[in-house]
Amino acid sequence: MGMTSSANPTFALSRRVAVKALLADRKDTLVITGLGSASYDVHAAGDRDDNYYLWGAMGAAALVGLGLAQAQPKKTVLVVTGDGEQLMAFGSLATIAVAKARNLVIVVIDNGHFGETGMQTSHTGRGLNFADVAASCGFAHTATLTRIEEVKDLARGLGGAAEGPSLFVIKVAAENPPRSLPPRDAVFIKNRFRTSLDLAPT
Amino acid sequence: MSKADVVRSAPDPESVPVPGGQWPRAIYDILKAFDVRHMSYVPDAGHSTLIKLLNADPEVTSNVLTTEEEGVAIAAGAWLGGQRSVLLMQSSGVGNCINMLSLPVIARFPLLMLVTMRGEWSEFNPWQVPMGRATQPALEAIGVRVVRADAASDLIETVESAATLAYGADQQIAVLIGQRLLGKKKW
Repeated sequence: MGMTSSANPTFALSRRVAVKALLADRKDTLVITGLGSASYDVHAAGDRDDNYYLWGAMGAAALVGLGLAQAQPKKTVLVVTGDGEQLMAFGSLATIAVAKARNLVIVVIDNGHFGETGMQTSHTGRGLNFADVAASCGFAHTATLTRIEEVKDLARGLGGAAEGPSLFVIKVAAENPPRSLPPRDAVFIKNRFRTSLDLAPT
Repeated sequence: MSKADVVRSAPDPESVPVPGGQWPRAIYDILKAFDVRHMSYVPDAGHSTLIKLLNADPEVTSNVLTTEEEGVAIAAGAWLGGQRSVLLMQSSGVGNCINMLSLPVIARFPLLMLVTMRGEWSEFNPWQVPMGRATQPALEAIGVRVVRADAASDLIETVESAATLAYGADQQIAVLIGQRLLGKKKW
């Protein structure tokens, strides 16, 4: 999967269907979501105390995931974010790769567009492949998924042994499903999350 | 003024007696006393000893960053998972952090930033001056509390106080370590 010269290939997979399948059997996997549609997708799949939803700080998701994975080495940490959000933290893939967090899985829900702001074509929509970038940085496991069966396989493997950090791209249709809004109070979400890990709020 | 004159006038950070004999070691001891087991950094010459000490500590997870705002988000994640983190950078890196600081400010994540200053005292490089001037107002504008130390003797108490505010009182706080304290970069 290299840089493709064919502009804007279209993908059929629905993001809601894909994210629901990804989380269907997550067990005690901790989930961090990038701002915008990824947060809505994870919320639509079912609100949980061990979800941390970002509503801002674009580019934070994978890195919050890294800090969490390092502090909770026995848990699997799954970051669900969009291509636009991950593009803002391009260098984070280098930081995460050298940190070698085995329990960190990043999933980029890639519609090739900035969906929250008017569906402008993003870098991935112009040919950049995040799985290739992550592999170049040194991620242990990378792949680009386009079919629901592949997503289900990934979901079944969550929490399995890994040699290092993983990044998977799920190519989805450029669409804006109805918003499913998580709580916006970041302190509440933080303390709810920590409580789920038996940690005191402060 | 010749270059030799400039170098001779540089303050000596070792000349001020501090507990532990040397301020980076004293800061390291404070971080250990506060049970900080996680750190991120973009290197600065002024932080080199502290980075070495933390990197060498098997109880501390260290992250080298490509840009400073990464560390703001990593520290939030560490706290979500129950660990106290510290973030080391030079003042120029503060400019990179501003939007990312929305996260600890609005979610009230403890944040301790130790910032070595450039562009404010015996600075040779004009490119350091604008961000040096903007460091404190930019942090305060986004809602981060700022404290400063310009002498090694003050620095220890300042870091101790900042660590208590960050980890005890859920504050986002930056300690600016004055360039006067750090001494002049040799060219």
